[in-house]
Amino acid sequence: MADIALHQTEAIAGPRGPKPRAAFSRRNIFIYGTLIVVSVYYLLPLYVMVVTSLKGMPEIRLGNVFSPPVEITFEPWVKAWAQACTGLNCDGLSRGFWNSVRITIPSVILSIAIASVNGYALANWRFKGADVFFTILIVGAFIPYQVMIYPIVIILREIGLYGSLAGLVIVHTIFGMPILTLLFRNYFAALPEELFKAARVDGAGFWAIYLRIMLPMSLPIFVVAMILQVTGIWNDFLFGVVYTRPDTYPMTVQLNNIVNSVQGVKEYNVNMAATLITGLVPLVIYFVSGKLFVRGIAAGAVKG
Amino acid sequence: MARPSQLFRNLNAKVASIPMILTALVVFVGGTIWTIVYSFTNSRLLPRLNFVGLDQYERLWSTPRWIISIENLLIYGSLSLIFSMVIGFLLAALLDQKIRFEDTFRTIFLYPFALSFIVTGLVWQWLLNPDFGLQGIVRSWGWESFAFDPLYNQDIVIYGILIAGLWQGTGLVMCLMLAGLRGIDEDVWKAARVDGIPMWKTYVFIVIPMMRPVFVTALVIVASGIVRVYDLVVAQTGGGPGIASEVPAKYVINMMFEAQNLGQGFAASTMMLVTIAIILVPWAYLEFGGRNRRG
Amino acid sequence: MPSVTVRDLSLNYGAVSVLKNLNLDIEEGEFLVLLGPSGCGKSTLLNCIAGLLDASDGQIFIKGRNVTWEEPKDRGIGMVFQSYALYPQMSVRRNLSFGLKNAGVPKAEIERRIERTAEILQIQSLLDRKPSQLSGGQRQRVAIGRALVRDVDVFLFDEPLSNLDAKLRAELRVEIKRLHQKLANTMIYVTHDQIEAMTLADRIAVMRSGMIQQLDRPQEIYRRPVNRYVADFIGSPGMNFLDGEIVARDEGYHFTAGDIDIPLQRYGFESARPGPAAFGIRPEHISIDSGEGWPFTAKVAVEIVDPMGSDTLIWTTLGKQPLTIRVPSDRAPNAGDSITIGFDPMNASLFDAASGDRI
Repeated sequence: MADIALHQTEAIAGPRGPKPRAAFSRRNIFIYGTLIVVSVYYLLPLYVMVVTSLKGMPEIRLGNVFSPPVEITFEPWVKAWAQACTGLNCDGLSRGFWNSVRITIPSVILSIAIASVNGYALANWRFKGADVFFTILIVGAFIPYQVMIYPIVIILREIGLYGSLAGLVIVHTIFGMPILTLLFRNYFAALPEELFKAARVDGAGFWAIYLRIMLPMSLPIFVVAMILQVTGIWNDFLFGVVYTRPDTYPMTVQLNNIVNSVQGVKEYNVNMAATLITGLVPLVIYFVSGKLFVRGIAAGAVKG
Repeated sequence: MARPSQLFRNLNAKVASIPMILTALVVFVGGTIWTIVYSFTNSRLLPRLNFVGLDQYERLWSTPRWIISIENLLIYGSLSLIFSMVIGFLLAALLDQKIRFEDTFRTIFLYPFALSFIVTGLVWQWLLNPDFGLQGIVRSWGWESFAFDPLYNQDIVIYGILIAGLWQGTGLVMCLMLAGLRGIDEDVWKAARVDGIPMWKTYVFIVIPMMRPVFVTALVIVASGIVRVYDLVVAQTGGGPGIASEVPAKYVINMMFEAQNLGQGFAASTMMLVTIAIILVPWAYLEFGGRNRRG
Repeated sequence: MPSVTVRDLSLNYGAVSVLKNLNLDIEEGEFLVLLGPSGCGKSTLLNCIAGLLDASDGQIFIKGRNVTWEEPKDRGIGMVFQSYALYPQMSVRRNLSFGLKNAGVPKAEIERRIERTAEILQIQSLLDRKPSQLSGGQRQRVAIGRALVRDVDVFLFDEPLSNLDAKLRAELRVEIKRLHQKLANTMIYVTHDQIEAMTLADRIAVMRSGMIQQLDRPQEIYRRPVNRYVADFIGSPGMNFLDGEIVARDEGYHFTAGDIDIPLQRYGFESARPGPAAFGIRPEHISIDSGEGWPFTAKVAVEIVDPMGSDTLIWTTLGKQPLTIRVPSDRAPNAGDSITIGFDPMNASLFDAASGDRI
């Protein structure tokens, strides 16, 4: 290329290139220092859980929650999973785990199925009055659960589902509906409307458009909804304790009963192992899904 | 040609919306009205329409346990709001400095949010154990008189719960704030640099005012979460020592399902609803009323 | 002494090189436009001059002072951004005064400067409004005002008119030109809009992938582009290119493509040589007068007629290659007509087929 600069021949001294910045400037020390200190606060509980769950009781009584185990033992984990007692049952957390699985899977599927179809209807097939119901739904998301808990008990008792897993699935579907419907409605509304119009001109109906056009285009939002629901339902305690019986208690309720039971000697290592096992499912989802999880909570946040 | 009936237009969409309509009308509206109505009755084990006027409310506000619950909610609520907003914003601002390992730090700050309140409460119950936890450690370092046993001290137990609550929830606020900061036009930062405005002043006078909607959203989320606090207390302290860490949500459940005093539970839950309304109505007014005014 | 000097400036993001060893001298009071498509590095260069980006290598001088490591506020520059970047929660008056207050300028002086700026830009009546209450054009005026109150020697504009609609853009363009005449400051202006560049600039620097292709007065760039890229980028509708070959004959060089033969005796060669080349001629340099006197004439069929108001564009084919001609509308032929065209190779540009450089 033509060199067009009017070069001055004498070399010019002075600053050149990037401004030198010390790797350990006061600014960097402050930023990274603060972040690291805060990180310790955030990581400490996880570390203590892991460490405690790998120690034997004698070692725990000796002292320091932070010291790594001298002798690693997996017995607390085995005990927490298979032998820990809640009341008269002594078959460990495994029962609660499988209950939670049996609650979570149908709840997630049902709530997402209903909310996605509903969101699609709201976004693309607006009918008279739809906005009124939708507004009630969103406002309802802010009503404390305690206000609606007893009426739902009555409804479930009337249809004979009180105390059953099916009843709890319905409850999760109901309370997941506001946020999920909002999520799907906003997502479908942001898709180009021409797609929908073109399909209608081609003669496709309500369900055909949903199944053939909307679904295939919306995989990411389904994943986000799934993350949101799986963690939310897995972590639920209130509905579990109110709407199920002891033999169908979800994992969180059973965990609380194991750890906070007043009978017997406190086995801290078993308690921490049980706590870790319960937290494991959402943690794995969190670490695997990464950015999508963030997107999910950001979306959930918009709802308020 | 006769027009098809209005009812059958978009029939499929209406069918698809039946669950929403039922939820909205039966559960949200119906359930709420039902609870409010029965809060004026003397229902005990079973709901009965035997109206007693404001008796339940008078009894509620003369029950020490409820008063303590409300006090706890106020302390926990205001501190939790302030700290989660301030810490959440500061962390977000630090992460926004084009630093290395941003994803790692964000992952660390947010992971507790994936855990349930039960898990959170139990971990912190263990960490705050006076013999083996933080207090024991500091004492073993030689500071024999060091005392930090919130879970066994009526006066400070609520702060023990606060520590756990902040641990679990601040990451969410940070995430919202970070998204808000990233939404600020890069050119505004550049303009402030050309104008020679120091970084902290840029944050205080320019960026934070621009993030008003994000702050409001975060505030509403955190506030409505605070009113619902239940599992955390159940797991961490069970309301104790004594009744020192009771909260309204727990009071309601106890009244309904343990004390067989449904009327009290309904009255207390109605009070929770009123609290939420006090938070939400001004917000809704500012948010939506304001938008209309601006056109 | 040049007002702004850029010496051997490079900027790399990892392995990606955004600016490549750039040199540029801008005279006192000059209006320089950095022109190029998005991603060519023009905004990056401006941000480096402003001090908003750290260069990987090289130096920047403003008024003879080496400012390579200085903060933007100490460089004696004011800057106007595409998105206006006004502080939305502050009134116009505070937008103008905020930086000055921070710099410790006395109150009376701030007042004086705001008065003067408001008068120059005709924004006196807007001083107490918030940016959200202003139209796009008014906002950009305020943004210019914020640069003006700084009382600096060099103004930097980063695509300031791109967010405005066509009519406002034309209005503000004239205003910026008037402002430059009045203040006589050095101005560096980034745009992708060649009309803005042609109308505003004392000199234009056409950029491509981090390098300056040509730096010259607008007319020179228009008439004598240094390579095919510049020729193609400048001008709307674009220059016609005929691919062919330069051949040497007894009486001199000719350009041939198929059955076309254009004598190049009147063409001002840089370095004449036979070989594959592209012959470029602008649509307005082709005449449809059948009158004699053109060194080259040909008969062509009118395919499409595109009226554009004062001018009309004619689409046709010359030697199997497409050709557009621009004629005054009142003399436009009809589609299907057969016309005789003529042009003078003196107005044309020849580019090497391989390198694209001007021959």
